[in-house]
Amino acid sequence: MENKSIEQLNDICSQVRRDCLRMVHGVQSGHPGAALGLTEYFVALFFKEMTHNNQFQMDGKGEDLFFLSNGHVSALWYAVLARSGYFGVEELGTFRKINTRLQGHPATEEGLPGIRIASGSLGQGLSVALGAAQVKKLNGDDKLVYAVMGDGEQQEGQVWEAAMYAAHYKIDNVIAAIDYNGQQIDGPTEKVMDLKNLKAKWEAFGWEVVEIQKGNDMEPVLAGLADAKSLTGKGKPVLVLLYTEMGYGVDFMVGTHKWHGIAPSNAELANALGQLKETLGDY
Amino acid sequence: MEKTLDLKYTYTEKKDTRSGFGDGLLEAGRQNPNVVGLCADLIGSLKMGAFQKEFPERFFQVGIAEANMIGLAAGMTIGGKIPFTGTFANFSTGRVYDQIRQSVAYSGKNVKICASHAGLTLGEDGATHQILEDLGMMKMLPHMTVINPCDYNQTKAATLALVNHEGPAYLRFGRPSWPIFTPKDQEFVIGKAWKMIEGTDVTIFATGHLVWEAVVAEAMLREEGISAEVINIHTIKPLDEEAILASVAKTGCAVSAEEHQINGGLGDSIAQTLIRNNPAPLEYVGVLDSFGESGTPTQLLEKYGLNAENIVKAAKKAIARKG
Repeated sequence: MENKSIEQLNDICSQVRRDCLRMVHGVQSGHPGAALGLTEYFVALFFKEMTHNNQFQMDGKGEDLFFLSNGHVSALWYAVLARSGYFGVEELGTFRKINTRLQGHPATEEGLPGIRIASGSLGQGLSVALGAAQVKKLNGDDKLVYAVMGDGEQQEGQVWEAAMYAAHYKIDNVIAAIDYNGQQIDGPTEKVMDLKNLKAKWEAFGWEVVEIQKGNDMEPVLAGLADAKSLTGKGKPVLVLLYTEMGYGVDFMVGTHKWHGIAPSNAELANALGQLKETLGDY
Repeated sequence: MEKTLDLKYTYTEKKDTRSGFGDGLLEAGRQNPNVVGLCADLIGSLKMGAFQKEFPERFFQVGIAEANMIGLAAGMTIGGKIPFTGTFANFSTGRVYDQIRQSVAYSGKNVKICASHAGLTLGEDGATHQILEDLGMMKMLPHMTVINPCDYNQTKAATLALVNHEGPAYLRFGRPSWPIFTPKDQEFVIGKAWKMIEGTDVTIFATGHLVWEAVVAEAMLREEGISAEVINIHTIKPLDEEAILASVAKTGCAVSAEEHQINGGLGDSIAQTLIRNNPAPLEYVGVLDSFGESGTPTQLLEKYGLNAENIVKAAKKAIARKG
């Protein structure tokens, strides 16, 4: 838990977005869209809300844990981990390149500090987070477990197996979030496979649901996280429905699935970086 | 027929290998407080009830949701637990291959995937509930240890050995009552083949239920003046290549015997070892590119040729191919 002002957190968001764009541009491969959309939430967690240890221990005893299920947001997670001191920022330049610890999707095999499970094949992360959360209870560890999923990922059946399980076992030390940007690779989720009323679905499965309507605005993100935290420890798992805009922060990337999985050209990178405040040094 | 044979190993009792798992898990739970159990609505079938009763806080009924079970187990290792998951072999492997691949094997998690009703001998339920591809799927996964013990005692010993084995593992066992012919207090060393009978003319490499059939086959061959070596390959991966090569260097030919598809099973692992080091005739006893079907275990083993008689035929064929 850090004492950072909203202004400082927003500065970090700008830098993290710049990191993400440079990483994806540097290798001409990656997923910038959802990374830019989830930036405020990740920065709020890692620089404000979570108690976590950048002297990484796989077991994570006595600290809040974080699990990323939609692993294609890896650039964002790597940037946030580096900026919070898990490893050197210069290593971000190795993203997706041969012999890197920064694999295209998060991996433990390469031993990158901060990563506790591989993800990328969708639908598996919530189950893992629930297992870790249950063990925290068994171990008498009162810290929380956070998980992030995509909205397209809600189309995977395993998510609902996990949702049912969490309520049945009253796993109330977990805060799972869905990045509700309404986009997936092939287009808007409502066209590809309509999710209908996600809030009602999760509530019907026995979860408390907190909605953060402005997921790219730091103040409501922090307020929503405070609400979510206040609901833990009361016998129900907690879900954050986080409304974000894919590609937020760069005008030509925002709100479209086009930037789900493509890299910017040199000119596009220059344009994008120009739109993001230069407050901290680049890697 | 068995009664008239001079068997090198005998039995007085038959018991299912899955009970060896259940009893081993209970003992493991008593020995190590980090052992936890997860089951997908098959507690009775997996014999996990005694563990559940004694350690209710360390047991998790997951319901009919195998993918979630694998993920939960992977997550539980992160706080230092040693999860043993239980369901039928088909639902333990094929149904959740990607979950095992990403969340367990690639992530290097200390999960023990325990699978009952493997192979054909589940019997009457038929092919939907049997599996003959699981050894192949699991042995292909990097980091995965694959174990297929032969009787109740060995399954119990294997279960206990897995508690102290760091890393992902697949433990395979069956449903039917089967002869208990190995010692009660045996040492189980993962990755170390067990030479059960010395011989000079042919080596029979067997795993799981087929080890007993190999013991019977050895006696049948001996009556005809053929000396067979019987090696119990309880660990398919890592494979004890040294033991395999040493035996075949002596006998000059081999038979593999397993309750599994010929494609991708133990026989293929042995073939790879031989072809890279010391090519020698190898005959396979296994199921040839087929699903199983309904029937009693005995009927199925006979129909698909997974028995002593067929091992004898294969041994003679292998010997005849020696140069």
